[in-house]
Formats: sequence, structure tokens, C-alpha cells
Amino acid sequence: MPGAEHFAAPPEWQWWILGYFFFGGISGGSYALGTLLRLAGNPRDVRAANLAFITSFVALVPCPIFLTLDLGQPIRFWHMLVDASPGGGLAFKPDSPMSLGSWALLVFGLFSFVSFLGAIAEVGWFRATAPIGRALRGGAGLVWNAIGAVFGLFICAYTGVLLAVSNQAVWSDAGWALGGMFLASALAGSAAVLLLLARSRRDVDPDTATRLEAADRYFVILETILIAVFLISLAFAGTISKVLGIWIVLWLVVILGLLASLATARSDVARRWPPVAAPLLALLGVLALRALVIFSAQT
Amino acid sequence: MGFFTDTSICIGCKACEVACKEWNQLEGNPAHFTADSFDNTGQLDAQNWRHVQFIEQVPDNNGVVMTPTPIAGGQAWLMMSDVCKHCKNASCMEVCPTNALMRTEYDTVYLQKDVCNGCRNCISACPYGVIGFNEQQGVAQKCTLCYDRLQGGLQPACAKACPTESIKFGYVEDLHKVADDRLATLQKQGYAKAQLYGRDEKVYGGLNAFFLLMDKPETYKLPNAENATLPSRNNLPGYVGGVATAVVGLIAGLLAFRNGRMNGNNNSTNAH
Repeated sequence: MPGAEHFAAPPEWQWWILGYFFFGGISGGSYALGTLLRLAGNPRDVRAANLAFITSFVALVPCPIFLTLDLGQPIRFWHMLVDASPGGGLAFKPDSPMSLGSWALLVFGLFSFVSFLGAIAEVGWFRATAPIGRALRGGAGLVWNAIGAVFGLFICAYTGVLLAVSNQAVWSDAGWALGGMFLASALAGSAAVLLLLARSRRDVDPDTATRLEAADRYFVILETILIAVFLISLAFAGTISKVLGIWIVLWLVVILGLLASLATARSDVARRWPPVAAPLLALLGVLALRALVIFSAQT
Repeated sequence: MGFFTDTSICIGCKACEVACKEWNQLEGNPAHFTADSFDNTGQLDAQNWRHVQFIEQVPDNNGVVMTPTPIAGGQAWLMMSDVCKHCKNASCMEVCPTNALMRTEYDTVYLQKDVCNGCRNCISACPYGVIGFNEQQGVAQKCTLCYDRLQGGLQPACAKACPTESIKFGYVEDLHKVADDRLATLQKQGYAKAQLYGRDEKVYGGLNAFFLLMDKPETYKLPNAENATLPSRNNLPGYVGGVATAVVGLIAGLLAFRNGRMNGNNNSTNAH
């Protein structure tokens, strides 16, 4: 099969975009996990669910800042939402993942912020927002979380679709795999963040941490499968060499992160390692995966 | 309106590059050694809206004289004045989130500098590497097909300056006829590899700036019809892949959390 030809110039998306992809993934993934913890219905997981919503908003705060700083004309950030052309209305283009993502980020920001206000009241950090916390406790709150989680998951995945919807080598060759791979990686990374928090706080039920570990392992398996699909896609397109060479170093970090999450299933390994080691390695792996996808295609 | 660039009569004088920079007030990039034949501009970008490619293909025929003589007709040293193709189905327009890239009344693709916010998504999408980022102005830039000159009833600067009429400007339908005649002449003369690129709809629905090439498109860094794909081809598969992963991920997460709950409940029961 002849390899795909690419003559596109690189867009020079660098560190700000890497930062956004990382924090955006953690934000969306944490919100989804917080919702799942609520949906699962174990009262002892409520504390962790609230921490997940708080994590989601804290991780979301730098996202629009990073995106704005990456623009050549940061002052025109609002052009993403409003068409500044003569006679233009709203800038909403379903064919453009960047346009959809801008709107999704705005809507998800609302869900994440309201859930954050409720969560900080529920954990006792800020009583003034207690009415929001109470309003989000019941079925209506669960619906609110479920809708927010849909947008959160979109934030995790669309970044991969955005890269794929291009004519760049690697990105466009990955086809359908990139969005799913980023989503699975974001869920695994978010589980790692929540594990870090759960293990560092006494008010989180230890069983919740065990459940988060189990979920993390599922997400890591899913991520591993999608990484394999991604590499196979590149092999068929004849562009796999672009993600090898010096990028092997980052692949090693990715593999280490995946293995660290899986290794905690073995109690003898878990006992020997500091409790924060596996989640930290997993997070580094999430960052490394995005870095190698973003940078390798542009060199 | 559009261009027909006949590479068989391009002499590599770069008058088009100079005229383009002069009219559009492009400063150009600092001079550097490209180590690529007579090419000193390197590629199309924010400062080079026309770029003359020099492709050296001196044949090694073991002394056998070819008929027709390969040195003639641009077969040994291919030259092409490259430019934005003003595609009928434009990849850049598909992905631009701000609508800065628009279709003009001349059917050309125009980048509104005052609307562009410098996200550079169009650069990642353009399959020809046409669009560049202007660091000073913080916006993307590319050939406008001299929109301002067209409004004044003038032809684009590059076409005006081309001494061999390798760059022809006019109504695309008229240019098609000129191109067809020229191709027939070349093929009659024995130039079997001569071909039109972007004349028909196989490449991005047709190009408003199309070419007569003396070799296959890839030689000129142009994707062939098979590889000339729009970014949107990955839209639906990308989102479907994301949704499928989300569904599997959510089920996996729920299983992990609910299994844990059942185990937790069992533990609690045993403890009692």
C-alpha cells in the first residue's frame, strides 16, 4: 500500500497547546469521573465526587488562558465565537472541530463552574454557595452532572479530532483513533489525579481509592488498545517513522505510565511503591503522549 | 477568475515573486542559503505568495540522445511558479473557526486579516503548504489573487510581470480551453508526462489556479488525486471513535465503581 503524501506546513502549535490538551483532558475527565461516582450511587464516594468536580474546574481555569496566549492576536480571542466579518453573526462551524471545541469549552465551563461552587460548599470550604450544593444533591443535580459530563468527555476527545481534521502527517493519518486515544488517556489521567487526592486526604474513603484504581486500570487497557490502533494506522499510512526516532524517549514515559497503573493491581508492587508514585507516573505518561503526538508531526 | 500556470515555459526568472512582493508590500524573509538549486525563497509562506520551484532532473541516459531532447521543454530542469490554488473545495475554509477565510465574488479564497486571530488551523489544513504565519502581525497570510487589483480592473501583479506568459490570468473556463490546447500540442510533440493538474474536479473540486505539469504532481510537491483529501474526511470517523471510546470508558468506570460498591457492602455485612 503506498504511503500517504503530505505537503502541509506545520502550524507551530507548541507548549501552550500541549498545556491546553493536558489540562483540558484532566478537566473533562475529572468531571466525567465525578459524575460516574455519583451515578454509581455509593454514599461513601460522594467526597471523592466533590473533589473530582473541584479538580475539573481548577484544571479548566488555565485552558482558555493557554488558548488565548497561543493566538497570534490574543485580543481577538472572541472571534472564535462571534463572526467579526461584515454582517457576521455567531461563528459556529460544525465542520471545524476548533469552532465546535470553542463553544463546547464555553458551555462546559458553565457546568464545571456551577458544579465547583456546589462542591466547595459540600466539602465545607465555602459555605456561601451551600444552596447550589444542596440543589445539586438530588436528581436534578445528577442530570446537571450528566449533561456536563457529556461536554466534559467532548473536551477530552475533540482535541484529537481537531488534529485529525487536517492534512498533517501523523495527525490526519490516525483517522478515527486520535480522538478516542486522547479520551481514554484523559480518563486514565483524571483517575490518576483523583487517586493522588484520595491518597493524600484522610476524609476520602480508602475503598474509593481502590475503586478508582480499578477504574484507572480499565481506562489504561482501553488507552493501550487505542495507542495500538493509532500506531497501526500510521504504519498503513507509511508515516510511523515520524513518531519513532528521538520520540522513543517519550514513548518510554508513556509506557512507564501505563505499566505503573497496571502494576498497582499487584499488591506486592503496590506495597513497595510510595502511594503517589503510580499516579504521578501515569500523569507524566498522559503529558508525554500528547507531547509526542503534537510535536512529532510538526518536525 | 483564476490562474493557469504553464510550467513548460517557465524560465525561473522570479519576476512573479518580485512583482507579488512589490505590490503586496511583503518584506520577504531574511536571505539564507537553501542548498536547493537556484531557489532562495524556499517555500510559500506569509512573505512568499509566489514561489518558483527549481527541480533538477538531469537524466542519466548513458549517453543516448533522447527524442524529443529532454533538456528542452522543462524536462531536465523543471520550474514552476507555485501559488495558492484557490481551491473550489478549500481545506483552509473548512477548518477556519473565525470565518476569516472567505469566498470572494471572483470565486477566489481570501483571508481577511482583520478577522483572523492567528489560530493557525488553516496552516495545518492546507495540503499545499500555501499559508504562512506572519509573526509581526500575528495573523495568517497568503495570496489574495490581488483582490485589490481585480477590483480596479487590473490583472494580478504576478501575471502582469511574467515575461513568458507562463502565468496566465482570466476566466477559468477560458483558461481551461487554453490549457487543453497547450496540452494537446505538447503531447503531439512527444511529451508523454505532460499533464494538467487541477483542471478537472478530481483535485479539491477543481483549482482556480491550475497548472500544466511536465511530470507527475508529487515531483512538484503537489498531492496526486488520490492524496488530495479534505480535512473533513476525518470529522465523522473522529467523533464516532470518540463516542465509542466514551461509551466503553463509561461502562468500564461504572463497572469499577459499582463492583466496588457491592464489595464494600459485602465487607460491611461480613463485619456486622
